[in-house]
Amino acid sequence: MKIDVKKVANLARIAVPEERLETLGQELEAIVGFVEQLSEVNTDGVEPMTSVVAMTQRLREDIVTDGDKAEQILANAPDRVSDFFAVPKVVE
Amino acid sequence: MSDLLNLSLTDVVSKLKNKEVSSAELTEASIQAIETSDNGAFITETPELAMQMAKAADVRLAKDDIGLIEGVPIGVKDLFNTKDVRTTCGSSILGNFVPPYESTVTQNLRDQGGVFLGKLNMDEFAMGSANLNPTFGPVKNPWIGKDGKSLVPGGSSGGSAASVASNQVFGATGTDTGGSIRQPAAFCGITGLKPTYGRCSRFGIIAFASSLDQAGPMARTVADNALLLQAMASYDPKDSTSVDEPVPDYSSQLGYSIKGKKIGIPAEYVADGMSEEIHALWQQGRVWLESAGAEIVEISLPHTKYALPCYYIIAPAEASSNLSRYDGVRYGVRVDPAADSDDKLHDMYRASRAAGFGDEVQRRIMIGAYVLSAGFYDAYYNQARKVRTLIARDFENVFAAGVDAILTPTTPSAAFAIGEQPSDPVQMYLNDVFTVPTSMAGLPGISIPSGLSADGKPLGLQLIGKPFQEGNLMNIAQKVEEAAAFPYLGV
Repeated sequence: MKIDVKKVANLARIAVPEERLETLGQELEAIVGFVEQLSEVNTDGVEPMTSVVAMTQRLREDIVTDGDKAEQILANAPDRVSDFFAVPKVVE
Repeated sequence: MSDLLNLSLTDVVSKLKNKEVSSAELTEASIQAIETSDNGAFITETPELAMQMAKAADVRLAKDDIGLIEGVPIGVKDLFNTKDVRTTCGSSILGNFVPPYESTVTQNLRDQGGVFLGKLNMDEFAMGSANLNPTFGPVKNPWIGKDGKSLVPGGSSGGSAASVASNQVFGATGTDTGGSIRQPAAFCGITGLKPTYGRCSRFGIIAFASSLDQAGPMARTVADNALLLQAMASYDPKDSTSVDEPVPDYSSQLGYSIKGKKIGIPAEYVADGMSEEIHALWQQGRVWLESAGAEIVEISLPHTKYALPCYYIIAPAEASSNLSRYDGVRYGVRVDPAADSDDKLHDMYRASRAAGFGDEVQRRIMIGAYVLSAGFYDAYYNQARKVRTLIARDFENVFAAGVDAILTPTTPSAAFAIGEQPSDPVQMYLNDVFTVPTSMAGLPGISIPSGLSADGKPLGLQLIGKPFQEGNLMNIAQKVEEAAAFPYLGV
């Protein structure tokens, strides 16, 4: 199993320096090689698990229960402009 | 003063109730023990908050208006959000994060009178089994092998285990995704319980793998765990997977005979390289339970060997999704893109995540992205979810046949020395080979300190129970505890 590390790193949005690509590839391939043994299990007719405890999704009233906390929500932001999170310019 | 710290959580609760000691006295002793230690168990110490909480507890104790753990010094793993107290999840990406809200579990502990001494060290994002945290330092196990080398405390709740085992606090919160409560409890010679999935609310716990993460107690004795779990657990409308079942009085479920209880010994729990002494301890546990009146039955859990590879698909897949929120926008570290970047926003994400996440977290996010990516989703992720159904079914079949609990070793080996951990990630993952199946099936599991290895390191036995039967499980665990008479460390 050969993994396209650049592609996976891009999917994961993690910058990987050129000199790290090869060793990282080997590490990821070792892990994928380990998990690949699952393919030998016969799972014909077996439902994929969605919840480990039998439960139904609960509904609640569609009403506002919280809010007006702009200051608290922005308190940990690396950058802000008035009541907004600020990011590097996306559209010129 | 300091010998007060040698008491169990249960004993200190009654001493506080009987006004033989005040919470302020205990808390001062605890603060001093933490300040004079170099074990690295705490990422953030909160002595002032602790003294405030202790004084408030003393006021309530004087009025006999008390919670389950009123006035007891405890520690909180640093992935429970605590309002206005820095919460890092052991990661530099959250190095300066101060939550504006409180997790449900820590709110429950506050409501029951717990005194918070600080936030405990852990493997970054709860991914690891050694607590060798590159950002906040390694945690030292209070036990030292006969060769004198410092040992890892295990992980990911390594700070919690080390702090309790070195008598700095009377109990601590942990979380367990694949063994992160039970493995460090075994390595440090304390008791730790992973409850049934859904028993404790996940609201406000920084997410790793949401279908597996579960908070639980870590303390010296089984009775301590019973009290602490009762204080932590609740039904919580804010967590849609929290289970709407009343929390029992666990302490009142202890002390019963286990005569006639069926204890299963699974044939598949013999790992490659499992030491002779772990095997002998397992046999010993079987004899102890038999002497207490239990009936031992040989059982089979045929999909056991697939639990670990199944875990290393499901957990990274969920982690890659959960950790996508760390993007340098709303909280956490931001690294600005290069001035000449032609894709500044994406380069900001990539640079921030590369700088903020450690190697193991990066590996797991990428494995997750890989197994979820187009063309691989069915072969890996869906196949793993089907195998997970089969793993859970193995346990259901055994319990349906009348087994009350399952006895296994907690880990295939004792704690290793700091610096002697395996460098190969897959070798490291094998630490969790006996704890992961329980997690995949959502079942409660408890590790009980049960003996010492020939070179003087703690060893644990694990008991696995039926869903939401934590009380019965702890009642059986107490028989192992009584027979083992484990030599807890004193101050």
